[in-house]
Amino acid sequence: MAHLRSIFAACLGLTLLSFPAPAQEMPLALALSCAACHGTDGKSPGAIPTIDGRSAKEMKEALAGFKNGTRPATVMNRLAKGYTDQEIDALADYFSKIK
Amino acid sequence: MKRISRRSFTAMASAAGAVLAMPNLAFGAQARVAVVGGGFGGAAAARYLKRLDKQLAVTLVEASRKFVTCPFSNLVLGGLRPIEEITHGYEGLAKDGVRVIHATVQGIDTGAKRLSLSSGSLLPYDKLVLSPGIDLNFGALPGYDRTAAEKMPHAWKAGAQTLLLKRQLEAMPNGGTVLMVCPDNPYRCPPGPYERASMIAHFLKTRKPRSKILILDAKENFSKQALFQEGWQANYPGMIDWLPGKAGGKVASVDAKAMTVKTEFGEQKGAVINVIPPQMAGEIARAAGFANDTGWCPVDFETFQSKMNPDAYVIGDASIAGQMPKSGFSANSQAKVAALAIIAVLNSRKPASPALANTCYSLVAPNYGISVANVYRVTDKGLVSVEGGVSPTGAPPDFRNREAIFAEGWYASITRDMFG
Ligand SMILES: Cc1cc2nc3c(=O)[nH]c(=O)nc-3n(C[C@H](O)[C@H](O)[C@H](O)COP(=O)(O)OP(=O)(O)OC[C@H]3O[C@@H](n4cnc5c(N)ncnc54)[C@H](O)[C@@H]3O)c2cc1C
Repeated sequence: MAHLRSIFAACLGLTLLSFPAPAQEMPLALALSCAACHGTDGKSPGAIPTIDGRSAKEMKEALAGFKNGTRPATVMNRLAKGYTDQEIDALADYFSKIK
Repeated sequence: MKRISRRSFTAMASAAGAVLAMPNLAFGAQARVAVVGGGFGGAAAARYLKRLDKQLAVTLVEASRKFVTCPFSNLVLGGLRPIEEITHGYEGLAKDGVRVIHATVQGIDTGAKRLSLSSGSLLPYDKLVLSPGIDLNFGALPGYDRTAAEKMPHAWKAGAQTLLLKRQLEAMPNGGTVLMVCPDNPYRCPPGPYERASMIAHFLKTRKPRSKILILDAKENFSKQALFQEGWQANYPGMIDWLPGKAGGKVASVDAKAMTVKTEFGEQKGAVINVIPPQMAGEIARAAGFANDTGWCPVDFETFQSKMNPDAYVIGDASIAGQMPKSGFSANSQAKVAALAIIAVLNSRKPASPALANTCYSLVAPNYGISVANVYRVTDKGLVSVEGGVSPTGAPPDFRNREAIFAEGWYASITRDMFG
C-alpha cells in the first residue's frame, strides 16, 4: 500500500489542471486486475502463485515467456499475449516494488 | 488552499450562479462516493476507492448483512462445499474505512444527488457507483413468476434458492430427470448453466446414478462448449443431454403445478426443474433511469461512467460492457477502472485508458477444471477481447487438475480482494 499511496500523492500534486493521465497510472490500471487471481497487491491467499516482491527481471522473463509461448502455463499464456512489451515491463516493475 | 466542506463549497458556487460548472472538489475537501450493492462489483469498488484515496468518504449500501457468492454455488449443489464457505460478511470493508450501511436503496435523486434508503434516511453523494447485479425478468417466460420459482428454483441469485434446489436434488428419485431451462444471451455468467449441469451430474453420479439431466437451451451454442462436452463425455457418459434452441430446446412456457415445460416439440416432465430465466439490470438501476430499452445500462467503456448520468458509474452485470461477459471477475476489473476514473475526475485529471481482464473457471468434476481468459480493450469496435481464449481440448488430466486447483485459488483471492 505504501507504494500505491506514494503514486497517488504524486498524482494529487497535479490537481486542478486537465493534464493527461500520468504515466505511473498505466501500470496501476493494468495491475489492479491481477489481484482477482493473484491476490490484493499480488499476495495470494490460495493456490495461485503470489507475484509481489520478486525481482523485476524475473517477472519480465516470466511474462515474456508466457507471451511468446516458451514458458508453459494454464492461463497466463493466454492473458500475457494481450499486453504490450512496455506494459509487461511496467507490470514487472510495479509488482517488484510491492513490499 | 483553504479547506472547505463540499457543502459550503457547493452553496457558494450556486449562490454565485456558477452552478456545478466546476465539477471538481476543492483540494483537500472530502469527496463523498456512494456505492450501491456490495457484491462482486460494489464491494471491490468501495474497497479500492478507499485504498487508493484515504481522503474519500466511501459509503457502501448493501441490502443484506451476508453475501452468498454465486461463484462456487454450483459446488454447493454438487456437494463439494457447504454454503457457509461461500458466505461472506462486511466487517473487513468496515475495518478498511468503508462506511457500510445495510439498507435497500429505494430511490436515486440524480438532481439533488442523494439516495433514499429503506431506513428512511437520505444519503448525499458527489459520485455514485451502481453495482446492483441482475433482476430475474419474471414474466418474460410464460408461467414463470415468483411463486413458480418456489417450485422450479432459478438459483441464479445464491442463497435460499441454492439450498432449495439442493434439497430437491436430494429428494428426487434415482432414475428421475433433472430439467434445466437456459436463457438466450445476454445473461449472468455465460458458462454458469453448464458448470451447474456438471456439478448436478457429479451429485447424481455418486448418489442417484440412474438419473439424467436434460438441458433445454434457447441458444444454438454456449460458452466453452467443446470443453464442457468433452468433460461430460469423460466424467458422465450418457448422463447429460443438451438440446439447442432450433432442435427443440427453446422453451415456450412452464407449468409449475404440473412440473412440466413446453417446447415447440412437446411437453417435458422433470423430477427437478431448474429454470434460469431471462434477466435485466437490478431494479434500482432501471428505476433511476440508468438503463436503456434493452434493460441494461449503457456506459462509457473507458471509465464505466453512465451514459445517462455523468456523476454515476455502472459496473458489473447491470452494465453493457461490450464483449466482456457478465462475471464476478469482470465486475471486479470494472470496479477498479471506475475507482481510478472517479479519483482522476475528482482531481481534474483525465483517467488512464484501461485494459480489462476476465478469467472464468468452471469445474466439470472435482479434479477437472476448465477456463476462459481474455484481455479487453477499447478499440473503434467498442470494448472487445484483444487476446485470450479457452483451455485446450484434449489436455491431459494433470492440466485439468491444475485448473481445478487454480479455480479454488481464484475464489480465495477474489473474495479476499473484495471483502478484505
Ligand atoms: C451459478 C453461478 C455461478 C457463477 N460462477 C462464476 C464464476 O465462477 N466466476 C465469475 O467470475 N462469475 C461467476 N458468476 C457470475 C457472478 O456471480 C456475477 O457476474 C457477479 O455477482 C456480478 O457482480 P455484481 O456486482 O454485478 O452483482 P452481485 O454480485 O449480484 O451484487 C449485487 C448486490 O447488490 C445488492 N443490491 C441490489 N439492489 C440493491 C439496492 N437497491 N439496495 C441495496 N443493495 C442492493 C444485492 O443485494 C447484491 O448483494 C456466477 C453466477 C452464477 C449464477
